[in-house]
Amino acid sequence: MKQDKLKEVAGYPDSMSGRDMHYCPGCTQGIIHRLIGEVIDELKIKEETIGIAPVGCAVLAYDYFDIDMQEASHGRAPAVATGIKRVHPDKMVFTYQGDGDLASIGTAEIIHAANRGEKITTVFVNNAIYGMTGGQMAPTTLLGQKTKTTPRGRSSEETGNPLKVSEMLSMLDGAAYIVRVSTHDLENINKTKQAIKKAFKVQQQGLGFALVEVLSTCPTNWGLSPRQAMEWLEKNMIPEFPPRVFCAPEGVDEL
Amino acid sequence: MNKEEAEIKKVNIKADKCKGCELCIEVCPVNILSMSEAINELGYHYAEVDDQDKCLSCGRCAVMCPDILIKVYDINE
Amino acid sequence: MGEKKLMKGNEAIAEAAIRAGCRYFFGYPITPQNEIPAYMSRRLPEEGGVFLQAESEVAASNMVYGAAGAGARVMTSSSSPGISLKAEGISYIAAAELPCVIVNMMRGGPGLGGIEPSQSDYFQATKGMAHGNFHLLVMAPSSVQEGVDLMSQAFDLADKYRGPVMLLGDGMIGQMMEPVEFPEKIDPTELPPKEWATDGARGREKNVINSLYLDPDVLENLNWKLQEKYEQMQREDVKYEEYHMEDAVVAVIAYGTAARIALDAVQAAREDGIRVGLIRPITLFPFPEQVIARASAQVDAFLTTELSTGQMVEDVRLAVKGRTPVFFHGRPGGNMLTPEELLEEIKKIRGEVQ
Repeated sequence: MKQDKLKEVAGYPDSMSGRDMHYCPGCTQGIIHRLIGEVIDELKIKEETIGIAPVGCAVLAYDYFDIDMQEASHGRAPAVATGIKRVHPDKMVFTYQGDGDLASIGTAEIIHAANRGEKITTVFVNNAIYGMTGGQMAPTTLLGQKTKTTPRGRSSEETGNPLKVSEMLSMLDGAAYIVRVSTHDLENINKTKQAIKKAFKVQQQGLGFALVEVLSTCPTNWGLSPRQAMEWLEKNMIPEFPPRVFCAPEGVDEL
Repeated sequence: MNKEEAEIKKVNIKADKCKGCELCIEVCPVNILSMSEAINELGYHYAEVDDQDKCLSCGRCAVMCPDILIKVYDINE
Repeated sequence: MGEKKLMKGNEAIAEAAIRAGCRYFFGYPITPQNEIPAYMSRRLPEEGGVFLQAESEVAASNMVYGAAGAGARVMTSSSSPGISLKAEGISYIAAAELPCVIVNMMRGGPGLGGIEPSQSDYFQATKGMAHGNFHLLVMAPSSVQEGVDLMSQAFDLADKYRGPVMLLGDGMIGQMMEPVEFPEKIDPTELPPKEWATDGARGREKNVINSLYLDPDVLENLNWKLQEKYEQMQREDVKYEEYHMEDAVVAVIAYGTAARIALDAVQAAREDGIRVGLIRPITLFPFPEQVIARASAQVDAFLTTELSTGQMVEDVRLAVKGRTPVFFHGRPGGNMLTPEELLEEIKKIRGEVQ
């Protein structure tokens, strides 16, 4: 029987560029990229979508998608996205940002994009650490978690507590759809895909600002194997960052 | 049937780009994936399919691969 | 040209931007340029455009980055401290080769400074805006009408050089009312398309707007490419004006508001029989170095005067190369130069060099 007798069950998203990704072995960012690619394929919006890459591990994301992309300065992706969306309100615009980019230097931009109800979609990757620069504390770093800048473990007296972005943004009226998901196992990866797809549909329907917070691993800077990192995420991050829907427009389930 | 002669390749892994993260190994419900003895050009042991016939074409390994290196096919009836 | 209207500088400059086809404005309140965003918030929607007050100047400059990268004629405006906040975004705009117009109505600095007119951001505008080897094309109007004229040219120059262009005014230019005429309106949809813009990769390869170049060879090439633009600016787009220079033995050099005041002093000196002239740079980058170099062979001394502690004077010295003495007289902090004090300086210099 020849290979053409087979139908493809899982392949390579058309909306991705085919370039090798630079992410560390086992880093779930690559999975999140593929989920976005699949969603763009399934919604048939490859030629309508403009993505904005952050500064951080995903700084090279503009190489990995086969769609129009812009590279934003650190923390400013929501502002760049606002500029694009206001020029092309009919196009789909999404930002891809890490916890340093969004929850630290970019808090003003993300809060005000949400508060304006900017009709963009944000995929917010929370791995509780700065990856690209070698493992420093992030606003979402857990208490007691050791990083290059919290060598004795993060203490709330010195640096406060992990920042709850989804909880915070969901209080804003402009936030139409805020959901937290995870990538530490297959079930959660599939939930992540559904959440991203829904968030893009919220934008398609012009219902307002949508953000998907995706808990993600950082084997290298957590000092764990990819498998151990998945377990560490489940055991330590899930309790601190419970995955759930924080706010959603009515009828979002039918979207 | 050993790996090379299998006519049908339900699971296709780009071994030369694999980073040896092993995440696909555990999710295979029929445990037909394992790490190679050999090293690829990136310097990693890579994931290999031990028995194509046993594959259920569930695609879980492809869902888990962070570098999108796995394509999975099913037999057309 | 339409009929003359009496308008405040800030509003006239905003209207000129609209007539030049600008349909997108992202800004933030800061005195003394507040009338620009206010005017745009009223007028842009009338023209089918978008006005947005950002959460900060930092955000505003990145909105401009996005909109410019999406292919729009876009601008922002601010004043001194606000421009400092936009500096990082402007470096990215220059590196990603994005056309846009930035208006700076300067005020006294440094720090929170004051709100009176000043020229304390010459270095920032022409040399040290932000990290990296880049420049903005910088033009300085000395009247409301000239502000209108330069604003219209600014968008074409931004597109010509695919980079940021700055209109450098000050609180006086912004707050003063003068009669103005406006050029014909440009329809932005008739502008040549921007093939490189990110407006959705339909039927074409994807476009990327980016300023990250990890490969030093690629980044070096970009640097030299930008330098070629700046050399082209020096060749093709230097702007200045000369007054009474034909027989001048002393030349005053001043731009913007300082030049208006200096012209009064020059005329008063002429009436006192002193052969003095004025060179008024309009483009501050590219700096009109040739006309000053030529004049240095003719005059016995230069007097550079600025509403600052002396910034453009350094470029004058570079152009003169020590051939002729270059004197300086300035008033920082928002205090205004007076024709009388300049006349005094001219007489003192005339006496010294005789």
